[in-house]
Amino acid sequence: MATNFAKAARGINAAGLAAGLEHVSKSFVSPAGQQLVLDDISLDVAPGEFVTILGASGCGKSTLLNLVAGLDQPTTGSINTPGGRPALMFQEHALFPWLTAGKNIELALRLRGVPKSERHTEAKRLLELVRLGGAHGKRVHELSGGMRQRVAMARALAQDSDLLLMDEPFAAVDAITRDVLHGELTRIWEETNLSVLFVTHNVREAVRLAQRVVLLSSRPGRIAKEWTVDIPQPRRIEDSAVAELSLEITEHLRREIRRHGQH
Amino acid sequence: MASTDIAESTSTPGTPGTTTDDLAALEAGLDTIEIRRTPIRETFLKKVLPPFLAITLVLAVWQTLVSTDTTDETKLPAPSAVWDSLTQLWLQGTLFEIIWTSVSRGLLGFLLALAIGTPLGLLVARVKAVRAALGPILSGLQSLPSVAWVPPAVLWFGLNDTMMFTVILLGAVPSIANGLVSGVDQVPPLFLRAGRTLGATGIKGVWHIVMPAALPGYLAGLKQGWAFSWRSLMAAEIIASSPDLGLGLGQLLENGRNNIDLPGVFLAILLILIVGIAIDLLIFSPLERHVLHSRGLVVRN
Repeated sequence: MATNFAKAARGINAAGLAAGLEHVSKSFVSPAGQQLVLDDISLDVAPGEFVTILGASGCGKSTLLNLVAGLDQPTTGSINTPGGRPALMFQEHALFPWLTAGKNIELALRLRGVPKSERHTEAKRLLELVRLGGAHGKRVHELSGGMRQRVAMARALAQDSDLLLMDEPFAAVDAITRDVLHGELTRIWEETNLSVLFVTHNVREAVRLAQRVVLLSSRPGRIAKEWTVDIPQPRRIEDSAVAELSLEITEHLRREIRRHGQH
Repeated sequence: MASTDIAESTSTPGTPGTTTDDLAALEAGLDTIEIRRTPIRETFLKKVLPPFLAITLVLAVWQTLVSTDTTDETKLPAPSAVWDSLTQLWLQGTLFEIIWTSVSRGLLGFLLALAIGTPLGLLVARVKAVRAALGPILSGLQSLPSVAWVPPAVLWFGLNDTMMFTVILLGAVPSIANGLVSGVDQVPPLFLRAGRTLGATGIKGVWHIVMPAALPGYLAGLKQGWAFSWRSLMAAEIIASSPDLGLGLGQLLENGRNNIDLPGVFLAILLILIVGIAIDLLIFSPLERHVLHSRGLVVRN
């Protein structure tokens, strides 16, 4: 509850949105001519909401995330992130190898303007949040894949943004580590009341994590269908309710992909 | 505090605490399994023995050529004759003075080249117009033997240290700048994107992301820059000798030629070689190794 008040004080806008996308389209100029990647995407993410965007490869989901992150501009439409610059986690951990795990987080704090005296303590707190309290002085290459993603998560949290964007962050880790990271992400999301926009091509992962699953069609990416997931957390990826909904969504995903073969 | 939050926010009653502990234990297990510790292995023999053997081999071939009279002694002096030249310099007490004259000049020139080459390289790497204008010139300069700069430098400044430093700068600045440019070009775009999302843009981005990320390429450039500094200096010292300039290794070599003292010439060449290698081994290699190791870019053993 306290976190909610803090967020309100920090100025979530009147509409109460963490992110608002209105009729967003994006096309790239290629040798073959103008190529439409995203077509008329309208999507709202409420404060504290966990939304996954699901789609096959090449549906433009990473492009969509880059647009929300402000790394790229939409061709038409508008994107609104009232909480300021969103934090972004990539498929690769993207930690800076010339810094230790702790210093990576301290750099994020420094760039946010946190005074020097507080950075170390805050970095420690964030590392403990991802249960890596002892890793402050570790070099990035000394950490396992799962640990790197947890440090990356801590670094993203160090931005103190209301919105966390995640671009298939667990696609490159093994299944058991991914399972653990899912648990961590759910726990941290509940503890911090962050809004999360999570992109994946893994249906079960989407259902395991999200309150809402948005299915994107491919070429161009359009919102094909949405599901509300009201399975209570903590869920497990093996839960029968997760499996059931995943099956339904997979059927739709297949239908979307098959449509492409027909023309 | 953490567990209360979870207890409040989980909609299912039951045992959320246990689940969290489970997760923590699982994670601790995974972390221990997966951490790779670089084995501390003694690589002394692997690093020291091969070059030692190679040097011994060269000396053996050299000595064999001399003792079998394959070549004339006026063409190839015996290793012992070169050794005698060395002891002679040592006994005169001038050996270290000669070496220091050249080394101090070389290092000072290198530091100047560093101070000029670094901002220049950064400008070429980051500003498109500057790259278009200066990039080809810098690459071209790198392939121009710096000995070519000695005649104009002598005409501009006369026989003094300024002329020496000019030749060093013209030799070393392009390689330092080019090293930095290729270092910056090889920075993975992911780091730049990650930096931008963290708010590292403009000067902050250069300072916190681009420069540290480009460090390995930059160091390679510095290494080459030192080699070019040293070479340029030797060229300058051999061509331009004057009592005002003091006796450096280049002049030692040139004096040997003038006195038809072949062992002295060989000694000068060996000293130039050894100093060049020593500076590299004492300064640049450890620096480069440290940087690469700390980033996990070099596999030990």
